Amino acid sequence: MVVNGGTTPRPLTAAGRRENWTTRLGVILAVAGSAVGLGNFLRFPGNAAMNGGGIFMIPYFISLLLLGIPICWMEWTMGRYGGSRGFNSAPGIFSVMWRNPISKYFGALALIVPVGIYMYYVYIEAWCLAYAWDYLSGAMARYPADVEAYKEHFAGFVGTDHNGFLLRSTGGLQESVLFLIIVFIINFVLIYRGLTRGIEVFCKFAMPVLMLFAGVVLVRVLTLGTPDPARPEANVPNALGFMWTPTIPVRHAWEQTAGPELQGFRPAGETAEVRIPEGLAVPQELVFEAVSRGGLKSVRQVFRVQVSAGGAGAAAGDRGVIAARPGQAVRLAVDPASLDAIRAQPLWTGLADAQLWLAAAGQIFFTLSVGFGIILNYASYLRRNDDVVLSGLTASSTNEFCEVCLGGLITIPAAFLFLTAADLTPAVLQSGFKLGFVALPAVFARMPAGDLFGAVWFFMLFVAAITSSLSMLQPAIAFLEEGFGMGRRLSVTCLGMLTAIGSLLVVYFSKDLIALSVMDFWIGTVCIFLLAMVQSIVVGWLFGIERVKEECRRGAAMSVPGFVWFLMKYVTPTYLLIVFVCWCYSNIPAEIAGIRAMNAGDRGTVLLMLAFIGVLLVFFGLLVNLAAARWRAMGRLPAGDDSGPPVADPEARR
Amino acid sequence: MNLYGWVFMLASCGFVVALTAFCYWRVLRTPGTLEHMHAPLDIDTHDADT
Repeated sequence: MVVNGGTTPRPLTAAGRRENWTTRLGVILAVAGSAVGLGNFLRFPGNAAMNGGGIFMIPYFISLLLLGIPICWMEWTMGRYGGSRGFNSAPGIFSVMWRNPISKYFGALALIVPVGIYMYYVYIEAWCLAYAWDYLSGAMARYPADVEAYKEHFAGFVGTDHNGFLLRSTGGLQESVLFLIIVFIINFVLIYRGLTRGIEVFCKFAMPVLMLFAGVVLVRVLTLGTPDPARPEANVPNALGFMWTPTIPVRHAWEQTAGPELQGFRPAGETAEVRIPEGLAVPQELVFEAVSRGGLKSVRQVFRVQVSAGGAGAAAGDRGVIAARPGQAVRLAVDPASLDAIRAQPLWTGLADAQLWLAAAGQIFFTLSVGFGIILNYASYLRRNDDVVLSGLTASSTNEFCEVCLGGLITIPAAFLFLTAADLTPAVLQSGFKLGFVALPAVFARMPAGDLFGAVWFFMLFVAAITSSLSMLQPAIAFLEEGFGMGRRLSVTCLGMLTAIGSLLVVYFSKDLIALSVMDFWIGTVCIFLLAMVQSIVVGWLFGIERVKEECRRGAAMSVPGFVWFLMKYVTPTYLLIVFVCWCYSNIPAEIAGIRAMNAGDRGTVLLMLAFIGVLLVFFGLLVNLAAARWRAMGRLPAGDDSGPPVADPEARR
Repeated sequence: MNLYGWVFMLASCGFVVALTAFCYWRVLRTPGTLEHMHAPLDIDTHDADT
């Protein structure tokens, strides 16, 4: 078991002792490597374009300043404090910060989040590598420059048509599964070998490559001019405008208000598809309602679908009465003219949209990896006088640079230049997967030297992803080491097996990527919010802001502005609580309604994945309980109710 | 892209570039930062051989 004694200075690497530009650059590259991830290039651009473009940046930067940076500093401070008290894992760190028997169980959240996210993140990482390989090998060249073709390719690539996606009909492994195995092995070897030998060296090479690739793609996109003379409106200023021009975000809520309830009613933004069942008794009238909200106004539209044996041909989306017959698919669409009243409001009214603030806060969490439990763990290895302020701020700002200046100027503008507005539907923008693996390949197909740029782009995404995934298992490795006395290699092996089970479930239950979405929603979103909220309350109120102030300032390479302490104590927890409650209110009922509306097979997949998450929670809860008993037996935590100071606390010993 | 679009884009990118430049300036210029500053992936967990 390896425990940081806290007061014992650790030898720095030889490079770390030399004050020269090369090693400083090395630190910066390592910061950048830790910061960049898939969310910068796929999640952020779609999120911003979907949520009013430029107007999204107002809550985004407010969330950065009120949530992201304060919580980031909290995590660095908590981690270093826990490390100085002899704990590297979140359950131990929570135990020394809040002397309460239940605190260690909150720490378990900081283990589940990165491990759970790793289970599907590594699969997406494999897609990136597979796409890069396909571009290099010329396999992507056989597809026409059409979004539908890439949609079909992606569906076949990840098996969205049905569950049981592992083997080809010919018996060989599916390409995405093969690349998952390759990526899993790469991750495993690097993590198994240990950070200093694997990841640091890897990052020092990978990050300049990533930045170079991103720069090349950015320059290429911004110098494309008007790539298709037949579409003069598809030019660079308009492409940037599609991403950045502020608009009032409009949300559409669809509901069936009369007629027998239909399984095949699929709302998607401004449109909804209704599949009339074959066996539906006729004549029948189905009534649907769409409420479009934006700014301070809302518009309600009613659609009546009259089903009769004769029906009509394919009904076009329209208001009023639509004739249809059993077995037919009907598309309903909100009348664009009716939205003019919403869009005519002053721009600032767009900020009244709660969903906009929730999306911005969620993006900041995902981007800065706050609430993941990773920073908490890494910071615990710092020495007592190491800086946490400039380190945290530099990591955050580098992340923001990659996200706003690279992700914001490449992904959506490139898609706009080569695709039509009809291709960039809310469904595409909303899903990073569809944007990244369906829309962008169609862009590369229409771009000069598209195969080369496609290979460069997806390899860059792979590098961005692997620098994130490599750090995701470290919190759980540290826990197994200090909780059970396991060595790193045994810990990595155990976690490798556990995460392989999770990844296998995500791969096997491939239909519509439901299993992946369940993991992303409940672990990658709900648990992150929860952990961030718990951390901010523990730091601001239970540990005490004065102690945080003292702890944070020790060794700081820059001073923290005075108002930050006020933010940490009052504003951040309150803002987070409001965001979390609003987020639950607006998303969880919709999620549950979505599950109820699914067919039995899909519902089974969701319930199975929820059961798996439940098993993970119980499993890690039990492990934390056992580890705490061991710590008590070793005298590292006081026996009984954990209410006294831990014996491992150097200050208590003094 | 209209004027607001340019303003939001330039302000967003400008803010982020300024923040990043400030941080890197501090990293490069403040004496002793290398001894005490770390990135998560740069931190040695000292357990590679266990």
